[in-house]
Amino acid sequence: MTEPIVSFQDVHKSFGDIDVLKGINLDIKPAEKVALIGPSGSGKTTVIRMLMTLEEPTSGDIYVQDQNLWKMKKKDKWVRANEKHLRSVRGDIGMVFQHFNLFPHMTVLENCMSAPIHVQKVSKKEAKERSLEMLKKVGLGDRLDNFPSQLSGGQKQRVAMARALVMRPKVMLFDEVTSALDPELVGEVLEVIRNIAEEGEMAMILVTHEMDFALDVADRVIFLDDGVIAENGTPKDVIEHSQNERLQSFLHRFRSN
Amino acid sequence: MSGNWSWEIFMDALPYVSKGLGITVGLTLSCFLFALVFGFVWLLLRNTPFRIINWFFTWVMEFIRSTPPLVQLFFIFFAWPALPVIGVSLSPFVAAILGLGVHFSTYVGEVYRSGIESVDSGQWEAAKALNYSAKDKWFKIILPQAIPPTIPMLGNYFIILFKEVPLASTIGVVGILQLAQNYGSKTFNYLEPLTIVAILFLILSYPSALLIKKLELKMNRRFEKKDA
Repeated sequence: MTEPIVSFQDVHKSFGDIDVLKGINLDIKPAEKVALIGPSGSGKTTVIRMLMTLEEPTSGDIYVQDQNLWKMKKKDKWVRANEKHLRSVRGDIGMVFQHFNLFPHMTVLENCMSAPIHVQKVSKKEAKERSLEMLKKVGLGDRLDNFPSQLSGGQKQRVAMARALVMRPKVMLFDEVTSALDPELVGEVLEVIRNIAEEGEMAMILVTHEMDFALDVADRVIFLDDGVIAENGTPKDVIEHSQNERLQSFLHRFRSN
Repeated sequence: MSGNWSWEIFMDALPYVSKGLGITVGLTLSCFLFALVFGFVWLLLRNTPFRIINWFFTWVMEFIRSTPPLVQLFFIFFAWPALPVIGVSLSPFVAAILGLGVHFSTYVGEVYRSGIESVDSGQWEAAKALNYSAKDKWFKIILPQAIPPTIPMLGNYFIILFKEVPLASTIGVVGILQLAQNYGSKTFNYLEPLTIVAILFLILSYPSALLIKKLELKMNRRFEKKDA
């Protein structure tokens, strides 16, 4: 069996008195596409935000390849990771946000080129080549000099994907990337995700409410309910054979509208 | 004879009073530069990992903002030298830079804070997700967004500062106001020299205000199409 690229081991997370995640155990293989579904408030987004180091787990361990993300060894003792350690591990992870979070003071091209140049220290020329290639792939090769404020939501989100992809992450996280879009713009974004998924090289974790899409693209579906993984299997298994009542009623809600 | 307007006196006083322009403008610029730098210091002092320190300096800042700059000038120039151990005697010009500079730095610090808080939290998260170093995060992502909206506010404080600078004449800084007063006490003609002071302030501050208006418009339009 291949080594997992990401591994959650008994991860808990609480915000104040509220326990959002109550012991998550999850392995993700390289190049695996995983859809994370569940009712709102079930902690799906928190799972990937912890992996992106935007949220610190209350307890438990997260491994990226074989490195412990939130802990580091100091004189034979495991201590809380400092920023230097987090930086060294998080470089393999990329993320696309619900609200795009493009840099408004940079053009489309600059948004994509900035991180490769300043973070990965690649040459300007290479950063530009990579960015042009990715922007073409997401269908925005003709909007290079526009600022984000001049783009539609769907275009912004596609730029955000290109910006994450030029960093060549091994794991890509998608945090409800179509939730802030007008319905008619959802399709173009899903289309890009589908293309990326079909290329197959990266592991992808999709937090999504686009149920049909998730079931179509994902190798594996994880149903998160009340802070634990309630179902975990291939789309076919989970949808057709699950006995979990909560999952059935959750899916039913999507089918009926 | 004093009391009636005389162009002769006006022309006589004009070069005399104008000699102080260098000091007045120089003091304004020095104070403002001091305030711009020290404003950052406030920002740092209020964002340490230690809550007590942050709280303490927030209080100090509030104290400085809530007491009149004239009182602070007097304290720095007259009272500070009398203090044991830490007492230092300053020249009027340096005392004025320190007094007005520190006073205005508290406003500037607030402007910086509001500028940084105006940057959406998603920008910090995107910077993290793209793995920027702390330095690049500040200089490539946060500050380029935080600074432009503060420029009009800073410009307004600059003009207010310019108009407060005559306070420094009370501790003996010889700017245009002090020179006008000197001229008056020598010749008993106050009307013309003080009119000159008013005109000089107007000539300098009005175009600055227009410039700031223009900057403000430019800032509002900054993210528009490059290739229109």
